[in-house]
Amino acid sequence: MSARPRPAMFVYSVGQLVTYLRELLETDTFLADVWVGGEIANLSRSQAGHRYFTLRDSIGSIRCVLFARQAAMVRTALQDGTRVLVHGRVALYEQRGEVQLIVDFVRPEGEGIEQARLERLMAKLEEEGLFDQARKRPLPHFPRRIGVVTSAHGAVFHDICHVLERRWPLAEVLLADTPVQGDAALAGVPEAIRRFNALPDIDVVIIARGGGGAEELAPFNDEVVVRAIYGSVAPTISAIGHETNTTIADLVADVRAPTPSAAAELAAPDRRQVLSATEAAAMSLTGAMSRAIVERNGHVEALAFRLPALLPPLEKLRWSLEDAERAMERAALSRCAALGERVAGQQMALAALSPLATLARGYAIVQRADDRRLVRSAKDAPPGTMLDVRLAEGAIRAETVP
Amino acid sequence: MSSKDEERFEQVYERLQETVRRLEDGSLPLEEAIEAYETGMALVARCRDLLTQAELRVTRLREQLDSDG
Repeated sequence: MSARPRPAMFVYSVGQLVTYLRELLETDTFLADVWVGGEIANLSRSQAGHRYFTLRDSIGSIRCVLFARQAAMVRTALQDGTRVLVHGRVALYEQRGEVQLIVDFVRPEGEGIEQARLERLMAKLEEEGLFDQARKRPLPHFPRRIGVVTSAHGAVFHDICHVLERRWPLAEVLLADTPVQGDAALAGVPEAIRRFNALPDIDVVIIARGGGGAEELAPFNDEVVVRAIYGSVAPTISAIGHETNTTIADLVADVRAPTPSAAAELAAPDRRQVLSATEAAAMSLTGAMSRAIVERNGHVEALAFRLPALLPPLEKLRWSLEDAERAMERAALSRCAALGERVAGQQMALAALSPLATLARGYAIVQRADDRRLVRSAKDAPPGTMLDVRLAEGAIRAETVP
Repeated sequence: MSSKDEERFEQVYERLQETVRRLEDGSLPLEEAIEAYETGMALVARCRDLLTQAELRVTRLREQLDSDG
């Protein structure tokens, strides 16, 4: 305050002063994110579940509040006399003009600051849902493009390629080369994942590094790195160190593999198994096809068996046809005989009526020679008419005389 | 970069499974069943080819990005 020019004799209200103090404390980035070690004293708990206590050491003390929401995340038992590491931000309780620490995390002091930091990050990310089982995405059955985030140096990438070569060479492996330890990894790993996010059709991303000490694995407990892995567009498989060292990266990945080779095995199916499944499909096809044919063949046979019974009785028809034929024949024969008799009768009658019979008795038939007209009257034959006279035997040509 | 219309094993295999299902269902008319069978066998051959002839392609992303742009 002394640095600011101000009119002399200016009087501030208490409210203005504490507001100024509060703003001063709250805009300080160091005070907004601070770890403090000390001993718990005067612990109390409000009805709403907030915890109030004093943190002190041989030099001094500070009032602390742990609100119910954060208290739920803190698994360390709070007790008067316990030495703890707390994380929080410094604030001013304006009504009392009292500086206090708003605590969001507590761990036993004996664990050390690195472990406490790790535990706090884990608690925070868990609260945010980054470890939720519901968010774990399934890996693709048949990956086509597999992204690998690791160092091009060392055996890890070679091991992964070796496994994929053997199991699933249909895939394309893309390597995003990045340091996987030290500060270089803190920027390199998120950058590698961002590159894969920008590419189309990356089916799965493997984030891998070999075994190492806690310090070497530290980047995979870094908040930025972990959030980058969580933010991967493609499902992720983590293979960080050995199975015994769990990093936060392993917790956010969709699938955790114990080793880089195991990650490659999880990333892709075994070609031989898929091949035998394909052969099985071929057999199913053939089986289904022959069943379809056998079934239809059965239908055809069944119909063929039933068909004769469904036909009209041909034999009977043929018999009655033969009967009819015989009857017709008989009828025709008897009709012919009857006709023959009648013809004979007519013949006799005809014979009786024949003019020849009359001629035999001495009569003659006279016809005019020119027009063959019968001469029935003398007028029909004036003198000079040529006449044909037909007798019982033979004929005479004659001419009338005057 | 691989083109979009490139044949994906997953798609071929899915079509094979679908064809087997259709044929096993048994309700296809005969002509369609025969067609499905022929299609299925062709897909089997394609799957076999893809599985046996594939070679692992390894690309370094940095190099690829450099050469692409």
